[in-house]
This record gives sequence, structure tokens and C-alpha cells, in this order.
Amino acid sequence: FQCFHRRVSFLRSFDNLASNLSIAMAEEKQDRFTLPALPFAEDALKDKGISQETIQYHYGKHHAGYVRKLNAQDKDGNVAKDKSLEDLIKAQDTSPKVFNLAAQIWNHTFYWESMAPDGGACKDDLNVAKQLAKDFGSFDKFMEQFKARAGGHFGSGWVWLSVDKEKKLVITDGHDAFNPLKDGLTPVLTIDVWEHAYYVDRRNDRGAYINSFVSLINWAKVEERYNACK
Amino acid sequence: FNLAAQIWNHTFYWQSMSPDGGACDDALKVKAQLKSDFGSFDKFVEEFKTRAAKHFGSGWIWLSVNAEKKLVITDGHDAFNPIKDGLTPILTIDVWEHAYYVDQRNDRGAYIAVFMSLINWSKVEERYNAAV
Repeated sequence: FQCFHRRVSFLRSFDNLASNLSIAMAEEKQDRFTLPALPFAEDALKDKGISQETIQYHYGKHHAGYVRKLNAQDKDGNVAKDKSLEDLIKAQDTSPKVFNLAAQIWNHTFYWESMAPDGGACKDDLNVAKQLAKDFGSFDKFMEQFKARAGGHFGSGWVWLSVDKEKKLVITDGHDAFNPLKDGLTPVLTIDVWEHAYYVDRRNDRGAYINSFVSLINWAKVEERYNACK
Repeated sequence: FNLAAQIWNHTFYWQSMSPDGGACDDALKVKAQLKSDFGSFDKFVEEFKTRAAKHFGSGWIWLSVNAEKKLVITDGHDAFNPIKDGLTPILTIDVWEHAYYVDQRNDRGAYIAVFMSLINWSKVEERYNAAV
């Protein structure tokens, strides 16, 4: 009888534990924001100067970290419901903390998409190539300006190529989590100039990193984004 | 401004550290003032470390003497320097990623802990005494 009694008590306590667990699991929110997959393998850019280690930190720690932190903010009730990352970026009333996290998630996703292992060559017949030649005088002049802006930016930030309301291509840059969506522009290309983007591979030599980036530009993706604006 | 401030800031940063640094002696006047202004020395350390960890992007965190002779922590972007605000700095930590990416990669917290263990408190005391 004692044995039976012990078994019943055990089963009762197990049952309590199980139902407590299922309550806890039901109450725990799903992560609202997710880390998008990298569009290439971690080591896919290494031959052109962006190492696997850089990607492991840049994507695996920095980008992933922003996602984790925004989800934590969300669970604390600090992120406006029913707003996408883009909505959060554009909204006037997004707090600086939430803006930084949302924009950094979005910016980094855009950055990975701006590169491809087989990138670098911008064909003359691309619509974006023709527009760049028109808006900057020549493709080479565009490239010179883009590299100069990336090289000249002081402190952490991003340099963007975007389509403006007149359908012209413009380069803008700004600090930290700067995103041109807030200025009503439609970005087509970005480079991250936070030091974490290049310090593993290039130490202080941002110029060398910019050259690597330029040799990796995913012009097919840039063209796709540009054409979507017409 | 960026260039001039970055030169000045970095010089100040090197002077804020020493190999035998780290321990803030109870006899130091700056320690007494920190206790007075932050509630306790540990509370000051906690706030300083938190401000350093939470600063978004490149910048500097400073401990300075203000016009009322109180100790205040301020921080700002890039080449930020509290002299512009009429403060007299006595300690700084650089939180640009280049300060820690070689040794700690993304782990700024580990770097901050290292910095704390190197603080040249005798230099901080010297600056504090000169300011008050």
C-alpha cells in the first residue's frame, strides 16, 4: 500500500510539473523578429578579403545580437505592435533605442544582400549602370565618390546608394544605424563602415576593406532593387 | 575639431591607464568625492561601466569635475570631449571598436573590465586635485 501511495504522489507531482510547464510555454512569446539567413556561406567572401571569422562575428554576433536585443525589448513591451522593421525605422515616434536595433537589423540584412562571391562587375547594359553614368558623369566617377564617402565617414555608420523621388541615384551617409528610408529614399546598395566590419581582416585600413567590398558588389541585386523603383 | 579632439582624447586615454593601476585607495580625495556623488564607490563603478557598455557606436565616456566641483559621468559620439561643456575631465575610456576589436572582438564588456583593472587612479587624483 505504501508503495502504491508513493507512486501516486509521484505521479501527482509530475502532473503538476507538467501542467506548470505547459502554462509557462504557452505564455512565453515567440520571437517576433528573426535573423535572416546569410545569402552565402560564411567563407564565401574570403578570397576577396572578407574572412569567415569576420562573418562569424559580424553576422553571428553583431547582427544576431541586434535581433536578440530587439526581441527582448519586444517582450518588455517596448516595441510598437503590428509594425514591421521598416515601419519602425520610418515611424517618427520610435524610441532611439528601438530605432537603433530595428535599423541595425535591417541595415545588416541589406548589407549581406549587397554582396555576392561572384560580384564586382557592373555590366554597361544594366539600367542602374546607365543611370549612374547619367547622375555622376560616369560610372568611374560614381565609384570614386562612393569610395571617398565610405573612406571619409568619421566614426561608425553606413554609406548608401539610393533612388530619390526624382528617380535619381544619390549617395548619402550617416552615423551608427543611419537608414535612408527615413529620408524618403529607396536604397539599392550599402556598405557598413563600423570598425567591426573590417578590423579583423584589415585592422585600421578601411580603404583596403572598401576595395574588397567594391569587388564583391552584387550588381544583379542592385539592378533588381533599382528596377523595382521605376 | 574631430582631429584635434581625437589627438587630445587619445593622449588623455593613455594617461588614464597604467600597468600597476586598478586599485583606488580609500585615502584618495577623489574616492571620497565619488562616494559622495554616487552613493558609494561601487555604485560609481557600476554606472561608469554601464555607460561605457551601453554607448551606441563610436565614442568616449568621461568622468569630469563640473562647475559645482561635483563628479559627473558624460558620454558622447566619435570625438566627443567634455571641455566643450565647461567640464574638467579626469578619466576617460575609449569605446570605439578599434580599442577592443583586436583583443576582445565584439566583447566590449570584457574590454571594459580590463580597462577598470588598469585605471591610473594616482593620475585621476592628480587631475581631481588640480580641478578643485
